[in-house]
Amino acid sequence: MSAAEPLLQIEQVRKAFPKPDGGELLVLDAVDLELRQGQILGLLGRSGSGKSTLLRLIAGLSSPNAGTLRYLGKPISSPAPGVAMVFQSFALFPWLSVFENVALGLEAQRLPKAEIRQRTLAAIDLIGLDGFESAYPRELSGGMRQRVGFARALVVHPDILLMDEPFSALDVLTAETLRTDFLDLWSEGRMPIKGVILVTHNIEEAVLMCDRILVFGSNPGRVLSEIGVTLPQPRNRLDPAFRALVERIYVEMTARARPGAAGLRPEGLQGLGIGTILPRVSSNLLSGLMEALASEPFDGKADLPEIASRLQMEIDDLFPVAETLQMMRLAEVEGGDIRLLEPGMAFASASVDERKRIFASHLLSYVALAAHIRRILDERASHVAPMSRFSDELQDYMTAQAAEQTLRAVISWGRYAEIFAYDDDSATFSLENPS
Amino acid sequence: MSERVSPFGFARDFITGWDALATMIVLALLVFFAEASSGLMQPLAELQAMPLSLDPSHLPEYAARTTLRMFAAMALSLAFTFTYATWAAKSEPAGKLLIPLLDILQSVPILGFISITVVFFMSLAPGRVLGAELAAVFAIFTSQAWNMAFSFYQSLRTVPSELREAADSFRLSPWMRFWRLEVPFAAPALVWNMMMSMSGGWFFVVASEAISVGHTSVKLPGVGSYIALAIEQRNLVAIGWAIATMLIVILLYDQLFFRPLVAWVDRFRVEQEPGSRAPQSFILTMLVRSRLIRSFTQLLRTLAQWTNRLAPRVSSTRISHPSRTHRLANTIWLSVIVAVLIVVSWQGARGLVAHTSWSDGLEVIELGAITMLRVFVLIAIASLIWVPVGVWVGLRPKATRIVQPIAQFLAAFPANLLFPVVVFGIVRGNLNPDLWLSPLMILGTQWYILFNVIAGASALPGELRYAAQNLQVRGWLWWRRVGLPGIFPFYVTGAITASGGSWNASIVAELASWGDSKVRAHGLGAYIASATAEGDFHRTVLGVATMSLFVVTINRLFWRPLYYYAERSFRLA
Repeated sequence: MSAAEPLLQIEQVRKAFPKPDGGELLVLDAVDLELRQGQILGLLGRSGSGKSTLLRLIAGLSSPNAGTLRYLGKPISSPAPGVAMVFQSFALFPWLSVFENVALGLEAQRLPKAEIRQRTLAAIDLIGLDGFESAYPRELSGGMRQRVGFARALVVHPDILLMDEPFSALDVLTAETLRTDFLDLWSEGRMPIKGVILVTHNIEEAVLMCDRILVFGSNPGRVLSEIGVTLPQPRNRLDPAFRALVERIYVEMTARARPGAAGLRPEGLQGLGIGTILPRVSSNLLSGLMEALASEPFDGKADLPEIASRLQMEIDDLFPVAETLQMMRLAEVEGGDIRLLEPGMAFASASVDERKRIFASHLLSYVALAAHIRRILDERASHVAPMSRFSDELQDYMTAQAAEQTLRAVISWGRYAEIFAYDDDSATFSLENPS
Repeated sequence: MSERVSPFGFARDFITGWDALATMIVLALLVFFAEASSGLMQPLAELQAMPLSLDPSHLPEYAARTTLRMFAAMALSLAFTFTYATWAAKSEPAGKLLIPLLDILQSVPILGFISITVVFFMSLAPGRVLGAELAAVFAIFTSQAWNMAFSFYQSLRTVPSELREAADSFRLSPWMRFWRLEVPFAAPALVWNMMMSMSGGWFFVVASEAISVGHTSVKLPGVGSYIALAIEQRNLVAIGWAIATMLIVILLYDQLFFRPLVAWVDRFRVEQEPGSRAPQSFILTMLVRSRLIRSFTQLLRTLAQWTNRLAPRVSSTRISHPSRTHRLANTIWLSVIVAVLIVVSWQGARGLVAHTSWSDGLEVIELGAITMLRVFVLIAIASLIWVPVGVWVGLRPKATRIVQPIAQFLAAFPANLLFPVVVFGIVRGNLNPDLWLSPLMILGTQWYILFNVIAGASALPGELRYAAQNLQVRGWLWWRRVGLPGIFPFYVTGAITASGGSWNASIVAELASWGDSKVRAHGLGAYIASATAEGDFHRTVLGVATMSLFVVTINRLFWRPLYYYAERSFRLA
């Protein structure tokens, strides 16, 4: 094959899952992608942006509704032999030893025993698992387990290595060691692979490892932008150029996050109808972020990456909190910064009762569903309404699962604000104090 | 929100649709209990003078009586569980004796038991139906209680130490601690075991209603007696009616009793797996929505709080050291139990030695070996059929949703109701009973293998299946490396239950009749059954003891090591 030929070419791929009510849930829409020889390509996005679904399409584990996927020019229709995968949860077979786990892919190819043995031992050796051949996964730490995952994928000599958040189930220190080891092997050309696709939601990880990054948006998943990383390897996280790139991607993701992401509709803040999917963010997190913002050294305004690292939160966890504050007009997110608005400042310094009052008034003014539930309860003579009444209504706009999540979110906020009560036993809203 | 509190604690509607429905069901239950229990004090002679009728119009009443026996035994089993298992868990020396004892009791074939106990219970209430009823209820109790007690004991031993310390620091009295911490913590596992017990129980309630020991023969009104009569009179249509009745009864009991219980008990689960769906029940929704029922449970709650206040408070903060008198009482109790056990077994052994010979002993061991062979071959055959089917179903969520409830239903259905149909065929076709009676033993118990395998296959994580697909593992290699190891722990659990059930079933399966014609297979089950019918007490005891010995030995040497091996090596973390 010529060096110019791309390993993988994806054009206009669309993937949707059928919903029970007959409609369909669009997960990926019009995705274009190309993986060239010798590249690490990062797919960066928040959970629900369809990255993992895309990875499964590439591995041939499922097929798209429209569009084409080509591996070395040939369409992918079933699990392709040249594509191996590393899983977030390691996906090791607990009843097989390290050796047997690694050898499984070779056994499936019906290779001679001697060759299986020789190649398995070589892969175990390469990935730094010597001496653990007879151990079972349960005896290994998380880091060692993921090494087995890598060895198992590499032993079949794939052209493309797919990695589905391979470091996110590991602690910070172990993850960093594994990343460095992987990059060392890659740059020394000791791994029998020609290209890598890394799925991640960690911006720094993407900048650290990838040659190109595709930023994904959610609902439905699609490519928002493509960013080339030209920093020389090994990269230094403290390097100003590195920081600048991380900051740029943050801005990119927050700027695009407002419409669409987390389900916030583009009609603008005033028009957030009851059909809006709400993220499940606890009132504790909301007040926690407001307090952190109001206090030193931020004084009401902070850089998102900075406050994320200070609160030890991943962007996946921070974005919904920030967006909820923005939706309730307690804060404003712009260009990678978050700024606390006047009522937000007041909230941070208020007493418990005062906080509830502020929160309740903003909840009723800016979250249409909360106001809607309260109005129905006020109108009814019994001041009681079953949850099903609202979930049926919401399902005109969203899936049953999203409706459940949205109602749970509004219940938790409504309880905190004391604008209504909810009894889980009977699944009913009411205006009573719980007995 | 305080301005909206209603003075009555609940809203203004006087009555809701849910209330009407709940009231109707409660009234129906009351009538049912009154009807079903009215016969208890009836003299025995009257029962014999008023024989059963095969008229299907009597079946609702019979079904009610059968169900009531079942629930009486369940209440008894719960009382036993709460006392026996609590004692075993709280006192270390007691546990050392009580737990192995439970293990042995679990292996005693219940159907052999009935004939031994019925004489005793009849003497408690001479001349009254109550004695025979008690014997039947006791038989069902012995089929339900042991695994419930085991489960409760396990739960009590594994109460998380934080919760225990919290209870300590609030100085809960033992009574409050039991009802507020231990029982709720144990509830999910206990309810699951109750469900399994009830499933097994239908088999025994049917078998224990028509008791005949030597010259004493009692047919308690119930579905079991109905079918026994149908067999005597060779009435295949009546058997069809009985089967239909039982199907409805089990369906109702599942919907009205266990579904709500399982849905309700879900709230006590300490660890909620994310993504797993909470069980739902229409009846539970109704009970919770009905205000009448709510005020009733409120009353119960008040009563419970009152008992908490009555229970003595703990005076000192150090609860962990049991007092001296406590320990003394414990020792005395244990010594009494040990003494009784020794006396009983000594008496039993002496009686056996006096009335039986060495050749009897050899005979039962030989017959035991035949039955054992039968059980193992049947389990093997059932596994060959149901493991592939179960894996196929379990890997397809849609198929699982349809097949799993059916398999669980079939496991609960008393297979002995179907025996006459098979026996009829054997008699008609002049088939070899040694071969053709055997499948009856596994007719009702094979479903345990099926539904455990389905559960195992559907518990296989998606990522593991993707990994196998990605590595192109297919065919026999897939079964060897992925499928079979994945379901193995579940399969072993199912096979253990199936094996135990089959031993029990051998007593009714190896000796069967159709009118006057009897078909008999060689085996220990047939030996016990015929000894019982002849009223030969000593040979019954010999047979039952030998069967227990076989079951205990097989469990200790085969199933238990296999179970621990499976748990250790194949359980998904």
